Amino acid sequence: MAVDYATLKKGGWMRQKQKNKFALRVHVIGGTLTAEQLIGIQKVADKYGHGYVHLTARQSLEIPWMDAKDIENIKKDLAEYGVTPSVCGPRVRTTTACQGSATCPSACIDTQDLAKKIDKRYFARELPGKFKFGVTGCQNNCLKTEENDIGIKGAERVEWIPDKCIACGVCVKACRENAIELKDGKISIDMDKCSYCGRCAKACPVDAYEEHPGYIMSWGGLFGNHIHRGNNIVPFFEGEDTLFKLCDATVDFFDKNAQPGDRLQFAIDRYGQDKFDDMIKKIYDENVYKEDK
Amino acid sequence: MAEVSDIKVDETVDITDVVCPVTFVKTKVALEELDDGQILSVHMNDGEPVQNVPRSVKEEGHQILKLIDNEDGTYDLIVKKVGD
Repeated sequence: MAVDYATLKKGGWMRQKQKNKFALRVHVIGGTLTAEQLIGIQKVADKYGHGYVHLTARQSLEIPWMDAKDIENIKKDLAEYGVTPSVCGPRVRTTTACQGSATCPSACIDTQDLAKKIDKRYFARELPGKFKFGVTGCQNNCLKTEENDIGIKGAERVEWIPDKCIACGVCVKACRENAIELKDGKISIDMDKCSYCGRCAKACPVDAYEEHPGYIMSWGGLFGNHIHRGNNIVPFFEGEDTLFKLCDATVDFFDKNAQPGDRLQFAIDRYGQDKFDDMIKKIYDENVYKEDK
Repeated sequence: MAEVSDIKVDETVDITDVVCPVTFVKTKVALEELDDGQILSVHMNDGEPVQNVPRSVKEEGHQILKLIDNEDGTYDLIVKKVGD
């Protein structure tokens, strides 16, 4: 029986150099697997494979040495533990994410929740080329968002609350941009210098900053044969609706304008970076609440 | 607003001779020696220690009262111990 490699690849079965052997890539969202899922993976690796797994560069997990004849049984065994195959090839891939605000003291956003939403909305969507989303909780950038076709970085706008402030000066030193000044018991923030990292608010001993979480996005990252750092086309913004409008428009753009095997940046280059930037800026302008200055 | 002059410091610890993460470890050990409500003054260098130690102390649940700039490249962080 002939093996249909394209279909298998769509289902996360990566052909090995050994005939009829595959590494099965499992569906992971934001780098999180339950202990239950790990039991299922362990059983399959022992029963059908060589008793080991490989962690991929983008937070997925592959079980090598799966035999073509066992594919249906493997899928069934894994399903009992809530494990499903991932995808490879020209479609939306694994969404990567750090642990985010659920556990990390630095994070500005709930990256795990956002990764699940992105996965639900786009995962495995057929496109002319591969398409990667990466989400990181803050500007420490543990998840290296600029490597992804769309990178999403948690950030926050802060508002000083004078009544709570004890004028201790901790935030002045916590700020890496020297944007904060404490004078006569009053805090002033130079918004031209502010990077929206939120370190002032996180360091404040009396929570005298109101935190308004949001995002800093990047477009067109690549880290394979070609290397390109994702561009920040628009500044920080708040609102998940706007975030998804920007993501939708980008994925649709890629679907319409990319050639087979393209990555987002190649499609942008052919279309014109300025024209692409204008499209993104227009959506940003239409949706982002502009604070009165 | 808390005035420094009002605060009676019970203990001091100098962390200018160590680097991260020992800066925080030394601070944490010093705080453990104190009773609930006692005041610790942490003497630290400008730069990485003053950027990060106050936040770590906050995350441990202690109360920061003041950060004093000694204007010689060092700072004193005044912390009130909050017990478990």
